[in-house]
Amino acid sequence: MSILLFPMSLLLAAAMIGSAALALFTTQRITAVLAAGLVSLFASVLFLLLAAPDVAMTEAAIGSGLTTFLFLFVMGRIRRESKQ
Amino acid sequence: MSLPRHTAVFVLLAILGVAFWVLLTGYAPDETLNRSALYYAENTVSDTGAQNIVAAIIVTFRGLDTLGEVTVLFLTAAIVGLVLSHSRAPRKAAGPGILPPGELLTTGARILVPMILLFGAYVFVNGHLTPGGGFQGGAILASGAVLALLADPTRRFSHGAIHLVESTSGVLYVLIGVIGAVIAGGFLDNRILPLGEFGTMLSAGAIPVIYTLIGLKVGAEFSSMLESFEETEDPA
Repeated sequence: MSILLFPMSLLLAAAMIGSAALALFTTQRITAVLAAGLVSLFASVLFLLLAAPDVAMTEAAIGSGLTTFLFLFVMGRIRRESKQ
Repeated sequence: MSLPRHTAVFVLLAILGVAFWVLLTGYAPDETLNRSALYYAENTVSDTGAQNIVAAIIVTFRGLDTLGEVTVLFLTAAIVGLVLSHSRAPRKAAGPGILPPGELLTTGARILVPMILLFGAYVFVNGHLTPGGGFQGGAILASGAVLALLADPTRRFSHGAIHLVESTSGVLYVLIGVIGAVIAGGFLDNRILPLGEFGTMLSAGAIPVIYTLIGLKVGAEFSSMLESFEETEDPA
């Protein structure tokens, strides 16, 4: 288990940094929002690997669920208003 | 940017770098648990009768902190409601130019919303046995409410019902804490109810009750916040 754990944690950390960089440097807003949600999703898997399932659940529900939805919702709102 | 500002930024970054470097090189993992952690690890199960030690610590030993967190969330929800209440849309309207949701979303939401709500209730009712608890369950409840709102943007939840659930659970939470201070060991002591058999649904004293109240309160707060966003009207 611990032999698998270390490379998997490294991989997840690299994926988190990668999606964070994507969220920063992409020019498309929707990609940035989804990449920011992806950071939280990888973080929650990492918490699970580090034996903190309670924190993982909070991160998945709030970080990658509600926050992403809120961003998408407000973006849709702005697009609708700017069309008028 | 002028040169002095650049220099200031670099000096600040260097100080931060040194601070983090010192932290990193000085880090040594603890060989043993410190005193409070040792107490929690050894005595939580016998003191509270809860299988999930994390939940037991959050609700009993650190119960006052949890009450503070719930209060902060309540304040946030109240402020969001206050700021957005000036531009509330009339009933049966969600602002002009609303996009109708697709068939896939409405049909899927019909199946998924009850299941998500049930799962949220499962998470906070089983908070003392399995990972999860009031905050997680409440957030899952709120995501069910969000899905319902996405599938039908003109849907309105009753504000009165949400506020009733929220304030009742908040008052009951504090009341249970006060009862604990009167008849048991202290504020938010869970031993006001019998500890029951270890690992069963009705065990760990007042922890399941408190976690259910926290779950309902957090779910109601998140839902009312998201609903306030949904209900605002675009200024015409």
